[in-house]
Amino acid sequence: MVKKISTIPFKGTPEQKAQLDAVIAECKGDKSQLMHVMQEAQGIYGYLPREVQVMIAEGMDVPLEKVYGVATFYAQFSLSPKGEYDISVCLGTACYVKGAQQLTDKISELLGIEPGECTADGKFSLEECRCIGACGLAPVFTVNGEVYGKVTADDVPGILAKYMN
Amino acid sequence: MMENAVNIKINGFDYQVPAGSTILEAAHMVGIEIPTLCYLKEINAIGACRICVVEVKGARSLVAACVFPVNEGMEIFTNTPKVIEARKTTLELILSTHKKECLSCVRSGSCELQKLCKDYGIEDENTYKGDFVNYAIDSSATHMYRDNEKCILCRRCVAVCDKLQSVSVIGANARGFDTHIGSAFEYGLGDVACVSCGQCITACPTGALAERDDTQKVFDAINDPEKHVVVQTAPAVRVGLGEEFGYEMGSIVTGKMVSALKMLGFDGVFDTNFAADLTIMEEATEFLGRLNKGENLPLITSCSPGWIKFCEHYYPEFIPNLSSCKSPQGMFGSVAKTFYAEKMGIDPKDIFVVSVMPCTAKKFEAERTDHSAVAGLADIDASITVRELARMIRKAGINFRAIPDAEFDSPFGLASGAGTIFGATGGVMEAALRTAYEVVTGNELEDFAAFSAVRGVEGVKEATYNLNGTEVKVAVASGLANAKKVLEMVKSGEKKYDFIEIMACPGGCVNGGGQPIVPASVANFTDVRAERAKGLYKDDENLPLRKSHLNPDVKAVYDEFFGEPGSHKAHQILHTGYVERKKY
Repeated sequence: MVKKISTIPFKGTPEQKAQLDAVIAECKGDKSQLMHVMQEAQGIYGYLPREVQVMIAEGMDVPLEKVYGVATFYAQFSLSPKGEYDISVCLGTACYVKGAQQLTDKISELLGIEPGECTADGKFSLEECRCIGACGLAPVFTVNGEVYGKVTADDVPGILAKYMN
Repeated sequence: MMENAVNIKINGFDYQVPAGSTILEAAHMVGIEIPTLCYLKEINAIGACRICVVEVKGARSLVAACVFPVNEGMEIFTNTPKVIEARKTTLELILSTHKKECLSCVRSGSCELQKLCKDYGIEDENTYKGDFVNYAIDSSATHMYRDNEKCILCRRCVAVCDKLQSVSVIGANARGFDTHIGSAFEYGLGDVACVSCGQCITACPTGALAERDDTQKVFDAINDPEKHVVVQTAPAVRVGLGEEFGYEMGSIVTGKMVSALKMLGFDGVFDTNFAADLTIMEEATEFLGRLNKGENLPLITSCSPGWIKFCEHYYPEFIPNLSSCKSPQGMFGSVAKTFYAEKMGIDPKDIFVVSVMPCTAKKFEAERTDHSAVAGLADIDASITVRELARMIRKAGINFRAIPDAEFDSPFGLASGAGTIFGATGGVMEAALRTAYEVVTGNELEDFAAFSAVRGVEGVKEATYNLNGTEVKVAVASGLANAKKVLEMVKSGEKKYDFIEIMACPGGCVNGGGQPIVPASVANFTDVRAERAKGLYKDDENLPLRKSHLNPDVKAVYDEFFGEPGSHKAHQILHTGYVERKKY
């Protein structure tokens, strides 16, 4: 799937930049460390927006397109920030057969975002994840780690309403 | 017995081939061609497309001939039913995600995919039906467009952009079925630091990449009775154009080219070589001036608009070193709209200047209107590539091979061999040195081999010359990755030069992004740069006039209009400035 590029303005802090600069300084001159730097950067910022990728490209002396190529190749990298409430729908086998897709579709519809995206106000982000080991509760989704099990699409509006204000 | 040779069998016959060859190279040496799509010698050897697969006795599966080395006793089979079937299936799979509009495609007839489909007898273009990813055509750049629906993901464009040009603004984005060639954050090519060199276009096996076609604009101008339409042809066009009409690589077709342009209806057919001579007058003067004062050295040539854009994006600190001379294309346009307009009594706004260039970056340069000779008017109204000119000639029904030779028109028809060699790497340097030598020493240069150290296809060349007691260190680089090397050495202080010639395209304009497409099956085994350059150097040798400052047409322009090289008027009309551009 093609990754969505977030249009939410970048809000990096000087502290975050200092952390990334330190990582880059450690790896400078060794282009094989690009993936590592990108992983660290995602750890610092939560995602890899253009501003961060430019910092990496400059710092590691690799073309921006190469950084972006790697970022869009591997599933682990995100181009969208995590929302204040990060929703994860389990797509493990049990959840899937119990209708997890309908949950994703309903959440998408209510929030107006696709998996991998964040709402414009930065409040909610949605992603699909691998089995979280709660198969007995299938289908399952989590909001900031809080687990909601045996839910149906009809339950979704009520659950999300709790986080709306 | 060859040294370092290995004995192999291909299709049952015994051969001895150099050790270390790939199967593809070994087969080629003995007259067997193996098809390729993604392979470009020394640039892209990734074994990705699987068209070159062959059978090797003992190997578990088919192997990619482009990357698989031969070894002693190897038995290779290049055209067994299994091989043919595999290649055919690969083609059918490529076709399943290919926009098959071959009748209207710009590359119909020069498409490598089309040729292979014909060679392998693909009966059904739609053997495999399935998902098709729709992509919008990217026409954001001035000089070209990209249609990813025709892209076969061979990555040849990516490899030339990165390895030859070190520009690297295109790459493979996303993965799997969604993989597509694009720029970071899916920006259009016009919004990233692309230098417009067009090397990706000539590397593309299909119609996914092509120049912006400006031929209709030119036909419209010719058909407009209000317009006085003049055309100029760059040095390297005369050695490229013939290939479009079946001439051997390196053939000089100046006479027929001029004839065809006259038949197309241009009101004046002129030689950019004249403008190249003019450039030498200005640039040699500029160089000697800077050398005397010791300022802004090294002087770096400004003829190649791909190089200029590269400098503006990636090395703005070298902008003061760039020659302020407009390129020959720009100089011609400037002279056409001032001196020529005055001489002919035509309002400059009614003069439509067309240039035929081996270059796509010239389209970008033509649209830089910040230093027009006549305020509010572009120096160049349309800049077309050699491929576009060939298209116009065919459309007009001109039988290029049958028409007689004709000569360029006055007053910009005479040109020196120094102007001709502008089209090959080292040519501008050699031309400038021929003139500088005579100006500085007052002696006549008789030995033209004196400056031949700057000839040849090597990416970086250096020489030191003594000009009347002053030592002049020069460097010549072609291909932007080589230019980068030279600039980095200058920056670090490792090297010191007085004069540097830089051409964006490897080998110079003879191998420009606007030249006829050479299929990889030829380019992988021929040095296109060297073959075409040979043609230009032969042309130079055969010309009676070989030094720019002796060109009577150039002298006339100075006598009647500019006064002398480097005059105030010359500066106003023939010189320009540059801007820093963003890298991201």
